[in-house]
Amino acid sequence: MRRTAECPSCGAPVQFAWSAAVQTACPYCRSILVRHDVDLEKVGIVADLPPDASPIQLYTEGVFDNRRFMVVGRIRYEWEQGGWNEWHIVFNDQASGWLSDAQAEYAVSFLATPAEPLPAEDQVAPGKLVRIAGAPFYVTHLTRVRYVGFEGELPFTTADRSEFLTADLRTFDARFATIDYSETPPLLFAGRFTSFDELRLSNLREFEGW
Amino acid sequence: MVTANRVPAPAPLACPSCGGRIELRGFAHTRTAVCIQCCSVLDASTAGLKVIQRFDEAVRVRPLIPLGSRGKLQGKTWEVIGFQVRTIRVEGIPYSWHEYLLFNPYAGFRYLTHYDGHWNFVATVRSLPAFTSVRGRKAVVFEGRTYAHFQSAKATTTFVMGEFPWAVRVGETVTADDYVSPPWVLSSEQDGKEINWSQGVYVPGKEIWQAFGLPGSPPAAHGVYANQPNPHTEKMRRAWRTFGVLLALWLAAVVLHLATSSNQELFRRSYRFAANSPGEHSFVTEPFSVPRTGNVKVEIRTDLDNNWAYFNMALLAEDGSRGFDFGREISYYHGRDSEGSWSEGSRSESAMLARVPAGRYYLRIEPEMDPQAAFSSAAGMSMNYEIIVRHDTPRLWIFFLALPLLLISPVLHSFRAMGLESARWSESDYGTIAGVSGDDE
Repeated sequence: MRRTAECPSCGAPVQFAWSAAVQTACPYCRSILVRHDVDLEKVGIVADLPPDASPIQLYTEGVFDNRRFMVVGRIRYEWEQGGWNEWHIVFNDQASGWLSDAQAEYAVSFLATPAEPLPAEDQVAPGKLVRIAGAPFYVTHLTRVRYVGFEGELPFTTADRSEFLTADLRTFDARFATIDYSETPPLLFAGRFTSFDELRLSNLREFEGW
Repeated sequence: MVTANRVPAPAPLACPSCGGRIELRGFAHTRTAVCIQCCSVLDASTAGLKVIQRFDEAVRVRPLIPLGSRGKLQGKTWEVIGFQVRTIRVEGIPYSWHEYLLFNPYAGFRYLTHYDGHWNFVATVRSLPAFTSVRGRKAVVFEGRTYAHFQSAKATTTFVMGEFPWAVRVGETVTADDYVSPPWVLSSEQDGKEINWSQGVYVPGKEIWQAFGLPGSPPAAHGVYANQPNPHTEKMRRAWRTFGVLLALWLAAVVLHLATSSNQELFRRSYRFAANSPGEHSFVTEPFSVPRTGNVKVEIRTDLDNNWAYFNMALLAEDGSRGFDFGREISYYHGRDSEGSWSEGSRSESAMLARVPAGRYYLRIEPEMDPQAAFSSAAGMSMNYEIIVRHDTPRLWIFFLALPLLLISPVLHSFRAMGLESARWSESDYGTIAGVSGDDE
């Protein structure tokens, strides 16, 4: 099911595991490629990702809510206290979501359309109640996030990502949401926390000594 | 495109301050590493290894589980990569506990806490606990369990070694609150900006020793810890469950006993007795047969009124082979006084002969009445009475004797359970003698 295109920079074949990918990187010349219909446009060169200790890598597979998924891309973010990965995952039915891995604490979320407008950036504060799909979510953490780099296929371009605010929201029943203020209006990602064991991951990285 | 990407073991660092070697175990998670030789806290997230803090060597503590130890807890292998001592003050007296940071590259980070021989295996939680109150005290509900607030204190980090995925500092202070529902404890830490929650489960020291293969035996546990399971609670529950089962059996036995006791009437006859009648007062009844070996109950019903009688009796086998002697005193008095009417005694009495072999029997009866009274009021010294003999009569007193015996174990365990709970809570913010905790040496 993988489609192949030609890198406009070096001519190497660039494979797409996900038909709706908007941005990818050429694995040979490391050009950042943005897709316009059938054409690929080179918009830059990928920066080296800092070393990280995630057990997940591109093409790691797993199961979430009885649906199989594969990791096709990643965005690396940093904040004041460390970094984490948002792994772009694609399910068998081509639906895509995000597997977040912060120091081996895992959560899966999906882009959601809020029924009501989300609180503006200057109105969001820890403790604030936000109703999402009728359920109460509470803002627990506000984080200044810095985009560090990416790999693989993404559903959007990372060109305009530098530093932005996110608000983490939690519930009484292990669901969570993130309001991402990198765009206006802000984006909403909603999902729930999960665990390494629950995800039944395969094709993981190995750790020397483990 | 499947790549078996192998992450190399982290290279040791050289302390920029003393040149000492610092082993690393947390891969790229490590943000802070401690040089234990010179007690420097280093920023390991940058190549420069900036020294962010020097702390006093005098606070050095040797962890009971050495850094680098691996052990299996809850089905996963964990490596000890960090260690810190945290201290609270209650009425000026410092109390310290130890925290071991555990790491597994796939499952992440956990903690082991240790205080006075009591251990907890702790994980951060990401659902929000919901605040509530139980009997007027603070409490939280988490995953369907209610946790009662135990203690609130300012906890200060007083010693660190190893490595941490966050920035640690000696002297850092948070407000720590513990909520308990043994064997669980839910803890919140507030640093002014955020609340972080974690959940611990009580683990006996010997399980920790086993898990990490440590030599010797774990330090003895003193006192009752906040979330230490109450062994008596389970014993108490079991004892009450057993009591319930025994009570049901008891009731069934009573019902069975009542149902199977024929209580068959063998003999009934009315007599009149006059104390002043001449001659021998003793007589024998006509014989009756006891069909099966078992109990025989002889009932005497009189019409005594402010009077007294004594019955000297014997159940005698017709063939003379055996006899059962017994006597019964019957008195019944009543009247009125300033406090109203009163009565004392009863007009009837019975005698139970526990085991009478089958056969034909008769009764010898010798009634007596007060000769003094008979002398003074001769006409009144008489009575009518009836003798009823039954056999295979239900005897419930044995059952009622057994009932309190059944209660001994559950009541005993309940008292023990309550004793342990009161010891537990005496150490909390709600204890009657909060802060006085030197009673367990």
